[in-house]
Amino acid sequence: MSGSKDINIKLRIWRQKGPGTKGGLVSYDVPGVSTDSSFLEMLDLVNERLMEKGDEPIAIDHDCREGICGACSLVINGVPHGPRAATTTCQLHMRSFHEGQTITVEPWMAKAFPVIKDLIVDRSAYDRIIAAGGFVSVNTGVGVDANAIPVPKENAELAMDAAACIGCGACAAACPNASAMLFVGAKVSHLGLLPQGQPERQERVLKMVEQMDAEGFGGCTNMGECEAACPKEIKLEVIARMNRDYIGAKVTKRPKGADKGGGA
Amino acid sequence: MELDGKCPTGPMESRWTRHKASIKLINPANKRKYSLIMVGSGLAGASGAASLAELGYNVSCFCYQDSPRRAHSIAAQGGINAAKNYQNDGDSVYRLFYDTVKGGDFRARESNVYRLAEVSNDIIDQCVAQGVPFGREYGGTLGNRSFGGAQVSRTFYARGQTGQQLLIGAYQALERQIGLGKVKMYPRTEMLDLIVVDGVARGIVVRDMVTGKVSSHLADAVMLATGGYGNGYFLSTNAKGCNGTAIWRAHRRGAFFANPCYTQIHPTCIPVHGENQSKLTLMSESLRNDGRIWVPLKKGDTRKPGDIPEAERDYYLERKYPSYGNLAPRDISSRAAKQVCDEGRGVGPGGQGVYLDFAESIGRLGESVIRERYGNLFEMYERITDENPYEVPMRIYPAVHYTMGGLWVDYNLMSNLPGLFVLGEANFSDHGANRLGASALMQGLADGYFVIPYTIGNYLAQGKPAKIDASHPDVKAAEADVNDRVKKLLSIKGKRTVDSIHKQLGLLMWEKCGMGRNEAGLKEAIARIPEIREEFWKNVFVPGSGDDLNVSLEKAGRLADFLELDELICRDALAREESCGGHFREEYQTPDGEALRNDEKFAHVAAWEWKGEGSTPERHTEQLQFESVHLATRSYK
Repeated sequence: MSGSKDINIKLRIWRQKGPGTKGGLVSYDVPGVSTDSSFLEMLDLVNERLMEKGDEPIAIDHDCREGICGACSLVINGVPHGPRAATTTCQLHMRSFHEGQTITVEPWMAKAFPVIKDLIVDRSAYDRIIAAGGFVSVNTGVGVDANAIPVPKENAELAMDAAACIGCGACAAACPNASAMLFVGAKVSHLGLLPQGQPERQERVLKMVEQMDAEGFGGCTNMGECEAACPKEIKLEVIARMNRDYIGAKVTKRPKGADKGGGA
Repeated sequence: MELDGKCPTGPMESRWTRHKASIKLINPANKRKYSLIMVGSGLAGASGAASLAELGYNVSCFCYQDSPRRAHSIAAQGGINAAKNYQNDGDSVYRLFYDTVKGGDFRARESNVYRLAEVSNDIIDQCVAQGVPFGREYGGTLGNRSFGGAQVSRTFYARGQTGQQLLIGAYQALERQIGLGKVKMYPRTEMLDLIVVDGVARGIVVRDMVTGKVSSHLADAVMLATGGYGNGYFLSTNAKGCNGTAIWRAHRRGAFFANPCYTQIHPTCIPVHGENQSKLTLMSESLRNDGRIWVPLKKGDTRKPGDIPEAERDYYLERKYPSYGNLAPRDISSRAAKQVCDEGRGVGPGGQGVYLDFAESIGRLGESVIRERYGNLFEMYERITDENPYEVPMRIYPAVHYTMGGLWVDYNLMSNLPGLFVLGEANFSDHGANRLGASALMQGLADGYFVIPYTIGNYLAQGKPAKIDASHPDVKAAEADVNDRVKKLLSIKGKRTVDSIHKQLGLLMWEKCGMGRNEAGLKEAIARIPEIREEFWKNVFVPGSGDDLNVSLEKAGRLADFLELDELICRDALAREESCGGHFREEYQTPDGEALRNDEKFAHVAAWEWKGEGSTPERHTEQLQFESVHLATRSYK
């Protein structure tokens, strides 16, 4: 590959033994890093060297290393997922750094994402927000032919733009208010733009926002940090759609239980 | 022992319908009295857990990731097959069935494959109803693309993120059931043993990966949907956490392991960059719709690709397989790449690569069309290699990607252990010796949405075994085994890291049991793997404790199982004295280098039985019947 070379860097990494214990930045000199290796491969190297000395490796979340599972979650020099736009930590390569550079690596920082160990945080709040309403209530075996529900190409593309969210949490980590509204807005948009999402559109947004608040995420003040940090380039417009749906639902949605029961 | 797949008989096209009509049902009001365990939350696990919960069963679902949404199904790029025939190009359930049986080199069960093709259409309907944003035409109908091994366009897609979108659909269905209280989800929890009482699977032993707590969970049936074992080669396209532990632990408790040597080496992956390489990245097969694969005609040609004139290029797939060209199936394309590289015509560092060139398509269609079709894949390639594929051809090389082998199951997806069901890549059932592109997503969702909800009821309706609780001696013994193993791994305190041993094992597997295999090499591997295993148990270093999050401990446990599983892969490859699909034995090939099957001796499934540590496993067989598709030499010429 073009221009591959070895560089020497210095890391300052957040180490924390467990939840609720005090953590801090620890420095490591890392000589001989190939610029062709990924950021996580560089950390693999650091961990191998730590273990060769009998030390515990740095705990990080990662899995697919292809930028799609959303597991990796590092704040690199103050930016979630590091300096390269539209790139997850696992797809970031060391050619984005230079000889002698000091790189600071911290975990996601948000009240709703408590640290479990070192750079690993608990992001289960996002799952609970989806469980609150981020779905279409359709059981398996509905049996309607797929082409019976035509979707304008433009809507399908917009829905896909929003559905590209990988649930990594960078949006909340980047936000000064630790708001999760880009994440929630992405799901509200994905389903709200499709005919399949219409029956529960109001209920969905109300329940997801309620859960988001309950998890301790902050509100949006239009700083735009989330959009800048999002590795999948989810746009702020999803928050606008969410707000519009939310206001509409708040005004017009009948309270639960007002539906008339019935049946044979 | 001759195994019985319990396939229905009679006309192929009505077997599944008649089977569904004949199997026993559980009354809706009684379903809530049953508890089920699902291990894994990928396409098969999430869809199965959600569908069973919708029916009323109480489901516990386990995954090692921090969220079920991260299972590795998410990384599938290209698409999902279905026999909708929306393109009016001659597709049908029969043709998808035929292509899959042929693509699998006549080593899959016809009944299973027919069912898979049949429910493929229901899967698309289900996913669309859930709001999966498939690619569409301007009229609002669904779009299709072509994949390898087929001459029709039957692949549905969501950009280059089809696996992600299908998984998110299944994940949302699963989260809905979690919210309703019908599924209890256990993320960051790893299954470390299967509990078998009187020959029946009754539960699992798990370790909480945050607290280190080992506990057992009991249920009326256990389902494993834990994916494949490609990481047995260290470098593969699998996620770093993918492992064979759940199925291997089940195997050690009596479940038969079928066709372990059927491993898929995917032809289009980004080549290795150096010794710190941690995993390999796939470039979707869909790229072969518009990309042309070539190498220089001459050995050792070091000119830049653009400087090599047309007449001095060898478009070897188009030359050797004119009717399928660049869309020849994966096993064939991979071997062809290896062949030209072995001849010294490979490109890039070490000559381990071939070109995948879009210049012709960009010239014909324009860059914007190519960008619309594959933009995100091109970006990914550029991020990893620092080369712009719009300007210079991609360089690709084959890599371990998928494992067709897995735990043996019957037509109902039940293993030979009553109460143990296996879904998705973790079982062996549908792809024979080679899986066609866009069929993994299809099988995972078929098993989860449309097969297990029927077949598990049939098992449960046959009556409950005696009630047991956590104090049962077999449960206690399984828990004790897990605790002992954790203690042992932590106590060795040797000199080698887990990864260094894993790399050593993986390299041996890639060299001796990769794209080409032969008797001498396999025998060598079978002799050397136990040595590496011994080194591991004497000299591995696992820092930290068992009482909190310990990544090294998790990795060590998984490697310990690969150190046994890999040996079985080699034994199976040695015993199968023929070439078929992804299993290429160099001794068995046609004069022009194609796979040479031996149908008389090997038209069967090989299912291995664990006989204890230090003992040779026993090979059982299940004879395959070909009633609808005639056994023929596979040709893509």
